[in-house]
Amino acid sequence: MCGIVGLFLKDKSLEPKLGDMLSDMLVTMTDRGPDSAGIAIYGTPSVGRAKLTVQSAKPAADFAGLEALLKPVDASVTVELKSTHAVIEASSALATAVRELLAQERPDIRVMGSGDSVEIYKEVGLPRDVVSRFGIRAMGGTHGIGHTRMATESAVTTLGAHPFSTGADQCLVHNGSLSNHNNLRRELVREGMTFETQNDSEVAAAYLTAEMAKGKDLGQALTGALDDLDGFFTFVVGTKSGFGVVRDPIACKPAVMAETDQYIAFGSEYRALVNLPGIEGARVWEPEPATVYFWDHEKAA
Amino acid sequence: MRVFDLATTPLRELNSALHTLAPGTNDTNFEVVNPRGSHSVAVGIDQPVVVEVHGSVGYYCAGMNDGGTVTVHGSAGPGVAENMMSGTVVIEGDASQYAGATGRGGLLVIKGNAASRCGISMKGIDIVVQGNIGHMSAFMGQSGHLVVLGNAGEALGDSIYEAKLFVRGEVKSLGADCIEKEMKPKHLKLLADLLEKAGIADARPEEFKRYGSARKLYNFNIDNAEAY
Repeated sequence: MCGIVGLFLKDKSLEPKLGDMLSDMLVTMTDRGPDSAGIAIYGTPSVGRAKLTVQSAKPAADFAGLEALLKPVDASVTVELKSTHAVIEASSALATAVRELLAQERPDIRVMGSGDSVEIYKEVGLPRDVVSRFGIRAMGGTHGIGHTRMATESAVTTLGAHPFSTGADQCLVHNGSLSNHNNLRRELVREGMTFETQNDSEVAAAYLTAEMAKGKDLGQALTGALDDLDGFFTFVVGTKSGFGVVRDPIACKPAVMAETDQYIAFGSEYRALVNLPGIEGARVWEPEPATVYFWDHEKAA
Repeated sequence: MRVFDLATTPLRELNSALHTLAPGTNDTNFEVVNPRGSHSVAVGIDQPVVVEVHGSVGYYCAGMNDGGTVTVHGSAGPGVAENMMSGTVVIEGDASQYAGATGRGGLLVIKGNAASRCGISMKGIDIVVQGNIGHMSAFMGQSGHLVVLGNAGEALGDSIYEAKLFVRGEVKSLGADCIEKEMKPKHLKLLADLLEKAGIADARPEEFKRYGSARKLYNFNIDNAEAY
């Protein structure tokens, strides 16, 4: 099964409530998958600053003195600890150097996501617990996606949780299972992509990252996915300013969308959407099979 | 009239109340408010009750209905009226995938669109959809009728047996062993009756095309291997 949700805000006045609304949507989907949960939140980027969300299985040791460790490379670095995760903010120009030092000095730390605006939190456990341990409800932002997992294709671990992020400010959640992921992974490795897991959904995320690196926009990359990915999928994808949805041609994995003047929302089921403001008057529809839907804040502006 | 507010009442209370009615009771009117996408609303009805649901429902609403009249003033999730035996189910909005699947009898009316696999493996149910239907609808349909006022998606009636399909709009493609068939006077009469039962006055039977089985795939024949 798995439950997936997404929310793309059009009305800026809702931005402070993004984390709260998305948390409600995800918690409602708990009974579609109890194994792990995760949320990606796109906040408003600050000019010249980059974000790195990292995770550790032993945060007490790995996060001790982290800010002091990184200061010599970038004096402006800040580290915010959140349970098993930490959000490192650095100057964009020095972000790569910070990341290299981190990999060298604290090799057990895993990068969950990086970019100008995205923060990604995921752990084994129920959405309610994951949302509360990372304080997701208090987070604002422009758009976000979430996932609650019923594991099928790989182990129940933090790294096997969604969203998967394989490129700057990109992430993906998946309901379904791919059947050609091993072959596609080999091809992507040959193109220079790296993988953290044996998970099929990570391959889908990496595929989109690789296609966008070739100059495609999110919509074009998702259209390519319909030809190149085999299996069952409903994907919800985030980029720095964009939000996309696509279902495979068989479309047996459920999906409902709603749009008002204030937002575009996605849920595996209508239940996930019922607490959104103005849902009674929203345009609610089931996304068509093999049809790409995507929205972009920058293109809309 | 009994009212169940699903915002404050567990779903099981509604369904238990529907299941414990004494035969012949006059207490047959039920109203459901705030369904908020709940699954399994009003499943397993076996008395001639009338259930009005105000709002949208999730999976399997009115599943296995045997004699009830259920109206959803909203949209329905996957599997609405799945395996209906008899009675009437009306969806004022849209229905998700496999509406009316495996239904053995009764009437399912969907006033909006139905998604993929509408009427899959239907076995006697009548389904009338005022909008469009998605792909693989009436897959392996054995008997009953599927009437579509809008368009049908890909592979309509794939591997169909004796279900009869009537479509007013475009059919994107027909599935294996499904063909267009002549609309004879008896079919026009049948369709007129179905439209009347569904309360549809603005469609004439002559506007529809009929589809059904070419009966080539009932039994395996090596010469037809390409068609499977």
